[in-house]
Amino acid sequence: MTRSLKKGPFIHYKLYKKVTKRSHSIKNKKPVIKTWSRNSVISPDFVGKIIAVHNGKQFIPVSITENMVGHKLGEFSPTRIFSGHAGAKKKRK
Amino acid sequence: MARLSGVDLPKNKRGVIGLTYIYGIGKSTAKKILSQVGVNPDKKIKDWSDEEINDIRKVLLESVKTEGELKSESQMNIKRLMDIGCYRGIRHRIGLPLRGQKTKNNSRTRKGVKKTVANKKKIIK
Repeated sequence: MTRSLKKGPFIHYKLYKKVTKRSHSIKNKKPVIKTWSRNSVISPDFVGKIIAVHNGKQFIPVSITENMVGHKLGEFSPTRIFSGHAGAKKKRK
Repeated sequence: MARLSGVDLPKNKRGVIGLTYIYGIGKSTAKKILSQVGVNPDKKIKDWSDEEINDIRKVLLESVKTEGELKSESQMNIKRLMDIGCYRGIRHRIGLPLRGQKTKNNSRTRKGVKKTVANKKKIIK
């Protein structure tokens, strides 16, 4: 079921603060924003930023593009890594 | 013979059913189109006049996405998911179900026909 429109998209308030603040000081040395908030929706303010999303183990940097607006941060930071079956020939990657 | 958006319609079927031979048109869309044009949905396709066919063609062009256009649109949607590298895109790439279904067994629609691995048990040991 979709979320009620009345509430608007969910974005963790601290993450939102960080994202909007950073845009004022572009010369900031650390443009990467670390976050654990995988369930936050990507809003148009995020575009062009690099956000490091935690996958339970490490932070995976995601550079946000326009196409990603409306998706959630966690979608870009996979939590499981499957590296093929044992004994199977490795084809690619 | 009625040819609409690149598809030959069957002659001996009722209009509502015949229109569903076009990709992108189901029963309800077919009903809507015919009522918009003012053709009796029970009328067989071979009995359609040229005028009626033209009217239907016009409606199809203006308001309904069909065939190649629709197919390319849905392909573009999938491509978008793959390009941005989100979870659903990744699942599309490796050909597994997208919506959190289990993949231990089944999910043969996405995975395709079973590939048998020779001596699987030995390898695991």
